Amino acid sequence: MQEIISDKNWNKLGIYPIVDEHDIVKVRSIVRQHAKDFRMGIVEQTRITTAISELLRNMYNYANGGDVVIESGDIEEHNALIITCIDKGPGIENVELAMSDGYTSGMGMGYGLPGAKRLVDKFEIYSEPQKGTTVRIMKWK
Amino acid sequence: MNLDIHDKKIPIIKIRDFLIVSIQVDMHDKLAVQLQSQILHEIERTGAKGVLIDISVLEMVDSFIGRMLSGMASMAAIMDAAVVIVGMQPAVAITLVELGLEMPGVDTALDMEKGMEMLEKKLREKES
Repeated sequence: MQEIISDKNWNKLGIYPIVDEHDIVKVRSIVRQHAKDFRMGIVEQTRITTAISELLRNMYNYANGGDVVIESGDIEEHNALIITCIDKGPGIENVELAMSDGYTSGMGMGYGLPGAKRLVDKFEIYSEPQKGTTVRIMKWK
Repeated sequence: MNLDIHDKKIPIIKIRDFLIVSIQVDMHDKLAVQLQSQILHEIERTGAKGVLIDISVLEMVDSFIGRMLSGMASMAAIMDAAVVIVGMQPAVAITLVELGLEMPGVDTALDMEKGMEMLEKKLREKES
């Protein structure tokens, strides 16, 4: 697990605090708008909006909120929409377990992380107990 | 007083034996939970035998809203009412499956009219 840092060549599109549930709705629609501006198709727009919704909910429910940074830039030779969710919550004790798929069967931790991962092109997570969690999702243009 | 447009309740209309709910806003979690209990109360109050939930405007159904909808279908079934979800956008359906969310016990129909036919058929089957 590597710490998640931003590339200084990326273009910062916005940073939004998540404090209450309305912020989740707001940021969800901002992300969709960026996906539209990126000329992503309707299914791609829906995928990234749904993925971010899962992440924002975790942030709100388990970490008392946090910040969302929206950027665009080049990753692995793709022009990408990059969204990073940063919280200072309790962190995830066992990231591997949280990423394991058992969501619908009730066997997983129910954070929706594996589901969110499937909806995007690249997914990164970094978590330290007592310090917080950073999750970054990336979708190619 | 905080008059927030997002805090408005979602209206539930009763026509004959059915309740009709059209979700026209992007719901936050509390609103989804509120809608769930609101519908169950209306089933109890009106004795409705079926509920049609139109989600054609919803641009996204995530795991929480998905679980809310399937939970509501099970609860309504216990209260002897059938639930049909209508108008799910193709992109939403694709995403739900990829997310890995199964919605057992949830009946769906393409549009309101087909949903209504489905409910009527269910009622007839139950009566005969």
